[in-house]
Amino acid sequence: MAAVEIAGLSKTYNVGFWRKRPKCALKPLDLQVEEGEVFGFLGPNGAGKTTTLKLLMGLVFPTAGTARILGMAFDDPRVKAQIGYLPEQPYFYDYVTSRELLEYYARLSGVAGGERSHRIAEMLDRVGLRDSADLQLRKFSKGMLQRVGIAQAILHDPKVVFLDEPMSGLDPMGRREVRDLIEQLKHDGKTVFFSTHILSDAEALCDRVAVIHLGELRGVGAVAELTASVKGKVELVWRGNKVPQFFVSLGAESHISGDLVRAVIPEASLDAAIDALRRDRLQLISATPVRTPLEDYYLAQMKPAPAAAGVTA
Amino acid sequence: MNARIAHIASNTFREAVRDRVLYNLIAFALLMSGAAILVGQISIDIERLVVVNLGLTAVSLFGVVIAIFIGIGLVSKEIEKRTLYTVLSRPVRRWEFIVGKFLGLAGTLVVNTFFMAVGVFLALLYVSHHFQRADGWLLVALYFIILQFLIITALALLFSSFSTPLMSAVFAFALFVIGSFAEDLRGFAAMTHGLTRWLATAAAYLVPNFSALNIISSVAHEQAVAGRFILLNTGYALIYATMVLCGAVLIFERRNLK
Repeated sequence: MAAVEIAGLSKTYNVGFWRKRPKCALKPLDLQVEEGEVFGFLGPNGAGKTTTLKLLMGLVFPTAGTARILGMAFDDPRVKAQIGYLPEQPYFYDYVTSRELLEYYARLSGVAGGERSHRIAEMLDRVGLRDSADLQLRKFSKGMLQRVGIAQAILHDPKVVFLDEPMSGLDPMGRREVRDLIEQLKHDGKTVFFSTHILSDAEALCDRVAVIHLGELRGVGAVAELTASVKGKVELVWRGNKVPQFFVSLGAESHISGDLVRAVIPEASLDAAIDALRRDRLQLISATPVRTPLEDYYLAQMKPAPAAAGVTA
Repeated sequence: MNARIAHIASNTFREAVRDRVLYNLIAFALLMSGAAILVGQISIDIERLVVVNLGLTAVSLFGVVIAIFIGIGLVSKEIEKRTLYTVLSRPVRRWEFIVGKFLGLAGTLVVNTFFMAVGVFLALLYVSHHFQRADGWLLVALYFIILQFLIITALALLFSSFSTPLMSAVFAFALFVIGSFAEDLRGFAAMTHGLTRWLATAAAYLVPNFSALNIISSVAHEQAVAGRFILLNTGYALIYATMVLCGAVLIFERRNLK
């Protein structure tokens, strides 16, 4: 059974004060997320990611289409007990402490009394807020609020977790912790559906990703599948002041600074380039991808031209 | 009561307490102490009348201000700050949220009124040196004031479910003022003819009849209140507040939380 099945879901708002005009936030979307999968929903700001998540949470109503979560209609109240949701840039009641907030949400989610305090303590530990548990949220930083947001999303042990930009506002350490948390959720057999515009996070975590732009799905599939047709570029750095003929024939731009040479070449030519350096007895210092294949694929989907190659849903 | 409604209500009460709403009691205590001392010195034989009138009017106005200014933010503030998202993504129905919010603010007003009532009775004891049988009617007047709060809270919540806080405050306060003259409006309707009469009568019965719930003057003059009147006013206020609340739920059930 699919964890999330979206069929023709779309949303059009009427904007304007006197003369209302339709504005399409999401074109008919078809998508399927399997159970136990970590699914990345990629797109720039305003692409329709948050609208999709709000539709699934029943916060806005679809213009057309429907969705099923764990085999039940998305607006079935029984579904809500089995899903967790972290909104984008979450804001919580600032007059309560994080412990009180989690207590409130646990009660609303129907977590039994005996289990409640144990779950709350576990969540506070898991997101690193044990020492701030009795501090009012008005004294929390943006990063700490994001951690509270993640804790409330997984507090009631949901089967499917929806995270809207979970790394937003976090420092590198915080981002790392959220990545570990998502990996832990996957390990626990949870389905994670998260939106992001940070491609490295998606590439590191996701089994599959979907790319959305201007309210339209541009591609969906496993990262390797989507990027099969995309060739990335690699920056090579070697010691010396000589550029082998191989690089000249590739047309690669090279720069000499001091005793180091840098050149950017297509990823496909990497092995041949390293062989060329060896032949000329030049010492390779580093080989770094300039852009990951996913970034190249993503950028290709952002172009106004018809959808680029990829596996569509 | 549904447990989720009770949790939302108790959180709303906690918000009011932590946002120092009950601090108004300090202002009220100062007002009542000052009034009791002043009235004791300058009034002859009408100390009770002045303290009851002033005390109950202050209870009513303090409560109305709280009901309107907190009520108008009950839904709109939750939408604006997006605190609602994490509540409605749980097994909470939208109507449960509205009812919970209503009961939370109503509970806050009841607690607030209780402490203010204690203040009024203490001031009364100070100026009269003893309680009399007619003072019991003050409890009925206070009960009617609470019924007024229920209607105003429901109205503020209704406006809050579709309008901005500023417009909601204007609408709610305007209805409170018009409703306080509802009996006069009905009298005016009776004097007109034709379509005007029909429209004026409809308007007079549509606005909440706060004047029927205001018996401050009669209890200050030690007049008794009929049991049937208490019953009718109770039924009227509960039905009116419920209908307004249903309106708020109907609007909120269809609202996109952008």
